[in-house]
Amino acid sequence: MNPVKPLDLWMHIEADVLVIGAGGAGMYAAIEAARSGATVILADRSLIGRGGATVMAQMTVAVALGEQTEDHWENHLSDTLAAGRSLCDENLATILCEEGPARIREMDDWKVGWARENGHIKQAHAPGHDRPRCVYVDFLATGPAVSRTLRTQLHHFSAIRRIGDLMIVDIVVRDGQACGALALHVSSGEIVTLAAKSVVIATGGLTRLYRRNSASFNMSGDGYALALRAGAELIDMEFVQFFPIGHLAPRLVGMDPIMWDPFRYKLGGKLLNGQMQEFEETYAAQDARSDGAYVLTRDRATYAITKEVEAGRGSPAGGAYLSFMHIPPEEIRAAFGPVVDRLAENGIDLRHRPIEVAPIAHYHMGGVRVTPDFATNVPGLFACGEAVGGANGANRLSGNAITEALVFGARAGRSAAMHARDRTSQWSEDAAKPVRDLLAGAERREGPNLADAVARLQGVMADKVGAFRQAAPLQEALVEIDRMRLDLGEAPRAGCAPFDPELMDWLDLRNMLLVARSVTEAAISRTESRGAHQREDFPGMDEKWAVNQIVSLEGDRLALRQLAPGGGRRA
Amino acid sequence: MKASLVIQRGVAGAVPAIQTFVVEFEPGQSVLDGLRLVRRQDDPSLAFRYACINANACKECMMLIDGQIEYACKIKLKEGETRLAPLPKKALVRDLVTEIAPPEERLVRPAAKR
Repeated sequence: MNPVKPLDLWMHIEADVLVIGAGGAGMYAAIEAARSGATVILADRSLIGRGGATVMAQMTVAVALGEQTEDHWENHLSDTLAAGRSLCDENLATILCEEGPARIREMDDWKVGWARENGHIKQAHAPGHDRPRCVYVDFLATGPAVSRTLRTQLHHFSAIRRIGDLMIVDIVVRDGQACGALALHVSSGEIVTLAAKSVVIATGGLTRLYRRNSASFNMSGDGYALALRAGAELIDMEFVQFFPIGHLAPRLVGMDPIMWDPFRYKLGGKLLNGQMQEFEETYAAQDARSDGAYVLTRDRATYAITKEVEAGRGSPAGGAYLSFMHIPPEEIRAAFGPVVDRLAENGIDLRHRPIEVAPIAHYHMGGVRVTPDFATNVPGLFACGEAVGGANGANRLSGNAITEALVFGARAGRSAAMHARDRTSQWSEDAAKPVRDLLAGAERREGPNLADAVARLQGVMADKVGAFRQAAPLQEALVEIDRMRLDLGEAPRAGCAPFDPELMDWLDLRNMLLVARSVTEAAISRTESRGAHQREDFPGMDEKWAVNQIVSLEGDRLALRQLAPGGGRRA
Repeated sequence: MKASLVIQRGVAGAVPAIQTFVVEFEPGQSVLDGLRLVRRQDDPSLAFRYACINANACKECMMLIDGQIEYACKIKLKEGETRLAPLPKKALVRDLVTEIAPPEERLVRPAAKR
């Protein structure tokens, strides 16, 4: 094998605004920044508008349009705040609900293709909403349609330069201000520096930290690690939303793994344990919050499946069966439409065989702490989309994720453009030197298989920092995370450039281990159960924990502090 | 069950090497699942593109599978040999990775390097 060639500085590019991540939030931020007069670089580690969560989302978008039935954004806000269990930043939640209609109508003008009936946009009733509020694109095509629409819009702006294959390694900070970033251009294996007066983090969430998840490969929490190292704060990191009946087996491709939910409600799909026995009723009977019906709330369904598996009554792949075998075939065909054919391509015939489901990591409520202008505490550094924490509090209402991507993206893009206006570039080669040196130190050396290390970390997080938590396993997770960080070493491990998957794994793990630590420390600290954070050793909400936890990086250590939720009319 | 993945490897301009990896699989698993297993179990340096894993939404895992242009996430692993090669009409980067982004979304090497 050849020795590792030192990474060269290949190119330096300048713009007013750098947007990191080209999912729904990043693309909207780029569009809005360009409309506000800025020049923009829209960078993504994979293809523009193809990675991230938006393109994966097949379901619904919550917005108070009042098309299906009378509605007002304040009703949407009430539902959002109720789901957030007293932890929402009311300013952010208000922006989400109030500005949602404008963004959804703009998407309609851009011909996204919201489903219609009787001449109006159709709005479905999703759990947690007080009325039909959720728009969608048929059949299970919402995310791809949103992504395609925004990609098309990007092309109208010559001020937006789109660059794929660009993996941001660190944000460059000079005198406390963000002034750009340094990136690994993966397909050449060389270094690119990016000077920008404003930097927008739009990298999505962290669900790749978990073994079973509904996310893209690139949802590793990169943006949280970038923010922490740049000096910005994170909020609510302990709140990871698990989706109870994610697809587990048989192998299914071409579909969002959370697709079963509406069919289960619509048709009355039955959850069965490994002994083919129904078990929901057992858990519903124990549940004071249940109305006694068979269908459990999401958190209770996650609990019930987890407990059945722990008791040795799981399905073969380690979850529960979901069966539609008792439903007449013509009803299955009517409800699933063309989806039946896509299932058949995967060898799935719901008439004759149940599928297996299990709780999967689906969304992260926490993230970068921002003001209503989507500015962080680091001047020039902004964030938007799922990467932002606070709007959804302890639990996200179904349908709010795409809405926040579009609304927060637009806001952050505008703010970033305003910040850049009348400023000169503060780019500094010196400020970029530490991260250049880091990459220059990349070396080929023996060590554990890093692709396997990612999988081991996902196992640790799933088993010890999952949907149900206890002090001892959480502490064990911290020990594991620290050991893995030591194993990783301070200098990057390299294989062969260009497109070096080992170097990418090393850089990912550098981020993932920092983010995993922030989730675990926050989860240890919160000694109560609220929303998506469930402590088996501290059941029930504790009024004194109606506070957000703020995470910052102090040297090599994470610091945690507690703060009353922001923007509250009730605060 | 066991699948043999016979993979064309190497970078642009070099003579390609052919390397075979054997992975255990369950029926229904995809070629992409097999490639991810190879990285974990045998050779983490194997290069291929993917983002969405499941949804056939990102369209990044396109490659030549037994001579046909396919998505690795949609083709099932099978017993015996499956031959994998990079897309023939795209510029090769490494192993199964080619330049698939629209040209205006790529960074192009400046004429004179620093």
